[in-house]
Amino acid sequence: MSQHKINDFVVKFANVNGSGSASANQLFAKAILRMGVPVSPRNIFPSNIQGLPTWYEVRISEAGYLGARGGVDLMVAMNPQTWDKDVLGIDPGGYLFYDSTKPLPKSKFREDVHVIGMPLTEICNREYSDPRQRQLFKNIIYVGALAALLDMDIAEIEKLIGEQFKGKDKLIAPNIHALHLGRDFAKANFSCPIGLRVRRAQAVGDRIFIDGNSAAALGCVYAGATVAAWYPITPSSSLAEAFARQCRTLRRDADGNSRYAVIQAEDELASIGMVIGASWNGARAFTCTSGPGISLMQEFIGLAYFAEIPAVIFDVQRGGPSTGMPTRTQQADVLACAYASHGDTKHVLLLPEDPTESFELAADAFDVAERLQTPVFVLLDLDIGMNDRLSRPLAWDDSRAYDRGKVATFDELDAGKEFGRYLDVDGDGITYRTYPGTHPSRGAFFTRGTTKDRYARYSEAGPDYIDNMQRLLRKFETAKDLLPKPVLRPALQPTRLGVIYYGSTSPAMQEALDILEQQGLHLDALRVRAFPFHEQVPDFIAEHDHVFVVEQNRDAQLRMLLVNECGIDPARLTAVLHYDGTPITARFIIREISEDAAALKATPMRKVAP
Amino acid sequence: MTFIAKPKLHHPKLPANKLGFTRRDYEGAISTLCAGCGHDSISAAIIQACFELDLPPHRIAKLSGIGCSSKTPTYFLSSSHGFNSVHGRMPSVLTGANLANRDLIYLGVSGDGDSASIGLGQFAHSVRRGVNMVYIVENNGVYGLTKGQFSATSDRGSKSKKGAINTDTAIDMVMLAMELGATYVARGFSGDKAQLVPLIKGAILHKGAAFIDCISPCVAFNNHPGSTKSFDYVREHNEAVNQLDVMLPRETITADYAPGEVEEVTQHDGSVLKLRKLAAEYDIHDRIAAMNFLQQHKAAGEIVTGVLHLDPEPEDLHAHLGTVETPFNRLAEKELCPGTTALEQFNAAHR
Repeated sequence: MSQHKINDFVVKFANVNGSGSASANQLFAKAILRMGVPVSPRNIFPSNIQGLPTWYEVRISEAGYLGARGGVDLMVAMNPQTWDKDVLGIDPGGYLFYDSTKPLPKSKFREDVHVIGMPLTEICNREYSDPRQRQLFKNIIYVGALAALLDMDIAEIEKLIGEQFKGKDKLIAPNIHALHLGRDFAKANFSCPIGLRVRRAQAVGDRIFIDGNSAAALGCVYAGATVAAWYPITPSSSLAEAFARQCRTLRRDADGNSRYAVIQAEDELASIGMVIGASWNGARAFTCTSGPGISLMQEFIGLAYFAEIPAVIFDVQRGGPSTGMPTRTQQADVLACAYASHGDTKHVLLLPEDPTESFELAADAFDVAERLQTPVFVLLDLDIGMNDRLSRPLAWDDSRAYDRGKVATFDELDAGKEFGRYLDVDGDGITYRTYPGTHPSRGAFFTRGTTKDRYARYSEAGPDYIDNMQRLLRKFETAKDLLPKPVLRPALQPTRLGVIYYGSTSPAMQEALDILEQQGLHLDALRVRAFPFHEQVPDFIAEHDHVFVVEQNRDAQLRMLLVNECGIDPARLTAVLHYDGTPITARFIIREISEDAAALKATPMRKVAP
Repeated sequence: MTFIAKPKLHHPKLPANKLGFTRRDYEGAISTLCAGCGHDSISAAIIQACFELDLPPHRIAKLSGIGCSSKTPTYFLSSSHGFNSVHGRMPSVLTGANLANRDLIYLGVSGDGDSASIGLGQFAHSVRRGVNMVYIVENNGVYGLTKGQFSATSDRGSKSKKGAINTDTAIDMVMLAMELGATYVARGFSGDKAQLVPLIKGAILHKGAAFIDCISPCVAFNNHPGSTKSFDYVREHNEAVNQLDVMLPRETITADYAPGEVEEVTQHDGSVLKLRKLAAEYDIHDRIAAMNFLQQHKAAGEIVTGVLHLDPEPEDLHAHLGTVETPFNRLAEKELCPGTTALEQFNAAHR
């Protein structure tokens, strides 16, 4: 039952929320990265501040697979409350590391896993008298032990401790002492290293380790957002907090005055109202929220759509409906955002796959919103929003100018340019607006959610209404070519099978495609990055006999949108759905697609094709 | 309802203000409200106040929610940008607009349904943030556009047109505004333009959260015997605590007042608010005493009007946030985008 796994295994930490384990666990993950081996950690946490169970799952993968894998090779079981479940979750032949201070009956263990018991509490109690120190250093001690057990380079951890406590230098030595305590104990008492090993590699490159919310926030800073209005809600709060933090260093003038405003509003309705007011008045503004907030914003989103006011809305999705699973991940707000509000409405969605793309699409969202004068949703989810992920370094082109869209200036108005707020001068469905206060006698208009004519005058006339609604459809057509195009990954050999996916499914999908390919199942893959769908999306479906649509919700929401908006025969789109709140895994995708593909083979594939 | 254009012609001798504008330049479209509606008198008072203060109309933004009162911004200041937003949410839209450009004057127009019921939260929070604005509630105690339901400012015991008695406690917007830290609080009556115009002028000059509760009878649904928001009732129970005169910094003070009767309050911009005291014991600077006074007189069935509270040195939301003087909507890439060097540092810190 012994196994040797080098740079390809999963370590899971079972902790108690609020015990200070998070930073120690992060230290562990980062040290492996510093050894040149890709890791992808995931926080699995409860809606609680202190006391409930929390897990930190670190996937180590030299091949660079960053999706959740499923299964556990080494369980660091520090939480008696979840012991039974944690022990049960270890793959056969795996390892169980635990605090052996208090003896446990034999029945609490498994025959088919290696058990490594270390008297952590006893060591801490001997070493420290302060209860808080006992708790905090216990975490560092187990990191030290793991370093020995997994053959990690202790110097990398020491270096990281030095960086972490820079400026609080007196904390460095005690932390390193605790680290060594753990390492030395492990070396003296266990046969180190075990069958799971980290070996220095060159597989990280120049990539950065960052969470999607921070990256999206920085995208807003770079895009010139000046107003952020938000209401606290997991898992999006850290986006607003990151924006405020980044602005404090990047957006102050020489006198310390702020070129930004962050308002923690009284609710999500006020948040989106402030965004709409600021955008109407010519500032770049955004809000960030999660599903329940999107529900609350519905009326305002319809107003912004109809009155044609830019607004950037980040939805860091969590499990729904209602309060749902606040600390679990899903892609379940696709339809709620695409068709948000009453009446005939459709909205632009941007679908980043990782933190770097969150940065890029966040910045693009402001250009798109102002170009199209409409709300734009950026759909992240908890998996990319709140977990550190290895991503391409962020890049910016210093010559990039913001696209502020069609705004009539003082000079244009003064020169007598005809101005009608809803007058389609260019035939692309996008009209000119003015900022309030631009010109003493020209260009003022009244903004309303109710019907108006092309000159923004109040009207309840049917033809005026239809004229406006048809123009909004033309504008939506214009949007298709403005938005990020889908990304195609062609199969190694010609195939009649395709797969469509988006957002945080990406890393699991990459891995699944590689493995399916090795197994002889070839699929062309298309990653959708925006709605309304680019021409290439229906074309891709037309080119294949059968297309799988992989997503993380119950109702196959993107598939529904494809059927609806592209007029696709639903029989040609097979839904692959993962929605238990944990991130989708390659294992799941492989199993589902393999089974479905086998079933498809049994019936002639061309039957349903046109 | 259709948009009705007013004739541009006016009397050649119509007086002009310092900017050369006549009162007509501050008007809007012809009102489509009921004949005799109190709201139209408030629109006229806003026009008069802006005219007298020599304000360039395009430097004012007028925002409203939904309801009869919220329709009125169409009927004044046609050279200003207007925003008829969603029900009860004008304050958040105004707050956002104010953040984007601190240089404009923000006029929020709302009603008692819009601000005391569906929008009570947004009203409260915009006031407590100290948004620099003029927030006028055109308070008629009734839902007009939906034909006569009680609103949250309707007094307990007040009778509806159909004869129903209101059993719910009324929300007093003035008390709330004072409690929440509004730095200029006034109550006016649409039937007393001489009192109302200076109240609006004072509010516009005030550089903080200015709130005016303006009792404005609804001639269609709330102007009958038994109503406490009818013209007759308000006239009978109106207790003005002071009469305001607003003096711009450049104006010489000419009005004559008997000594001791008048209090002068010099505001931050140099404008002077001259208050002729009508109630000797009323002190607009003592917020707690003022609130007591208001409660006592309310209990006696009186409607206290005038400037009810004033802080001549207000601090607004921009001051709280420490924002730059330049309006956000004038900042460009060079002021906003940190550039590649900072991004390289960011990348390096995340490896």
